[in-house]
Amino acid sequence: MQQNPKVADPAKRSMLLTALYIAQEQYGYLTEEAVERVAQRLDLTVSDVYSMASFYSLYRTKPTGRYVLQVCEGLSCYLTDGAERLVDYLRKRLSIEVAETTKDGLFTLQTVQCLAACGTSPAIRVNDALYENMTVEKVDELLETLRGYHV
Amino acid sequence: MFEKILTRNFGLPRSETIGAYIASGGYQALPKALHELTAEQLIDMVKASGLRGRGGAGFPAGRKWGFLPKDPNVVKYVCVNTDEGEPGTFKDRELVEKDPHQIIEGVIIAAYAVGAQRGFVYIRGEFFLGVKRWIKAIDDAYAKGFLGKDILGSGFSFDLSVHRGAGAYICGEETALIESLEGKRGEPRLKPPYPASVGLWGKPTLVHNVETLANVPHIVNRGAQWYAGIGTPKSTGPKIFCISGHVKNRGVFELPLGVPLRELVYEHAGGVAFDKKLKAIIPGGASTPMLSVEQLDTTLDFESLEAAGTMLGTGAVIVMNEDTCMVDVARRLMRFFSHESCSRCTPCRNGTRSILGILERMEHGEGVPGDVERLEELARGMQGLTFCPMGDAAANPVLSGIKLFRDEYEYHIQHKRCAVAA
Repeated sequence: MQQNPKVADPAKRSMLLTALYIAQEQYGYLTEEAVERVAQRLDLTVSDVYSMASFYSLYRTKPTGRYVLQVCEGLSCYLTDGAERLVDYLRKRLSIEVAETTKDGLFTLQTVQCLAACGTSPAIRVNDALYENMTVEKVDELLETLRGYHV
Repeated sequence: MFEKILTRNFGLPRSETIGAYIASGGYQALPKALHELTAEQLIDMVKASGLRGRGGAGFPAGRKWGFLPKDPNVVKYVCVNTDEGEPGTFKDRELVEKDPHQIIEGVIIAAYAVGAQRGFVYIRGEFFLGVKRWIKAIDDAYAKGFLGKDILGSGFSFDLSVHRGAGAYICGEETALIESLEGKRGEPRLKPPYPASVGLWGKPTLVHNVETLANVPHIVNRGAQWYAGIGTPKSTGPKIFCISGHVKNRGVFELPLGVPLRELVYEHAGGVAFDKKLKAIIPGGASTPMLSVEQLDTTLDFESLEAAGTMLGTGAVIVMNEDTCMVDVARRLMRFFSHESCSRCTPCRNGTRSILGILERMEHGEGVPGDVERLEELARGMQGLTFCPMGDAAANPVLSGIKLFRDEYEYHIQHKRCAVAA
């Protein structure tokens, strides 16, 4: 007879968010294998771990480019000429749509909710770094700099 | 000039370090609280100060402390809410990045007062610098003996650690935050029971916003009377206001509660940018109903804003000028709420999506007669019917926008385009 779903130690389960971050770091994104390993280590079912990975927006279940450009589409960014304008600019500049990755695998374009940089809007987050008071000129410079690392 | 209290160190070089905090008089409240005051006295002190929560709900902090059971054999926890995500709000990020020790000192005192020996900082996953600052500050506080076993020889022990969220606005709601700390989806719990009786792992838990906790050392140092003398009788103390949108000087301004909105916008923030006309103001973050130009003389405190039909919220003031399309503002905010709905309660999940659909249709010139009424009906259908306050929050920008700018909504439907961008 099959066992009931595992009853996990509550403190162990608390490691889940951290474990998913570590797995994502190691695998680049949450691959099936990554999710299975996390589930195994924490005595959880795979579907339980997937349900977490899909709830939180910082977990990726698909591969992304080397740099994930997250344009804030919060109200304050929109009011100060950011948000859609910067997204449109990046779409043209990189020839990709939102949620897509450039062919060279360098950039993924995303839109995100308020980054708490409303006093220095418009804001863009690139991987873990926050860029504030952005303009199209600054976006160009940023892309150049990032590309420069991979020539 | 109002004496800065919470942001007094923001301009100092390396203000985030323990050295800078101690040099400016930091960690003096802690020995006073641990050696000279009992837990009961501290709770009474915070009650007398009138301190109310700064995360949005404005609940009296001292009363919250008093709700936790006094039995020393009951395991209790403290959670520090750094999950700032309310559009327009950036004060918590600044507090953590620029003066984290002020918050830590507040947490330790709060933990001592409620008898908790373990605390958890929950921080937004996006705040990379904030995470680093929290970790470094906690390490340094341990090294100085402010955290850990037998703090300053008082016999009181307290451990604090940092936990990174992973991108979910709803985890700023205290029961969703607890669920997330437990390693679950951040879906709010039905209240009551409140976390003060059943919280993290079923134990009594005190959850506070970082700005609320930052006030605590100052109340201990300078007394409840002094603190209660700042602000208005029912909204005491200093408040960090965040102002963004169409103003000349955006940023954080620490001012006493009860400051007139006009003074904040025109004196501190320098007025409307590019000398345009003011159109509308959101006073406390995206969840709070907007105010019209006629309401500029409202004062920024809990009771006056409530009387004006809105809320102090997080104190995030978003200013919009005459060129702003109010339908588009509602659409932006609803994109946010529909994206961030945890989808547990039907009115919030379906309500936000249906409202967004209508607003997008109107923006694209495809609005049909009756849409405004449909929006109102859908928004009202979210009020008071969800586990957490998000249903009400999401209804606010739509209902307040229609109340103030109904003609603009109708214009969109009739003329298939925007009245402003014409």
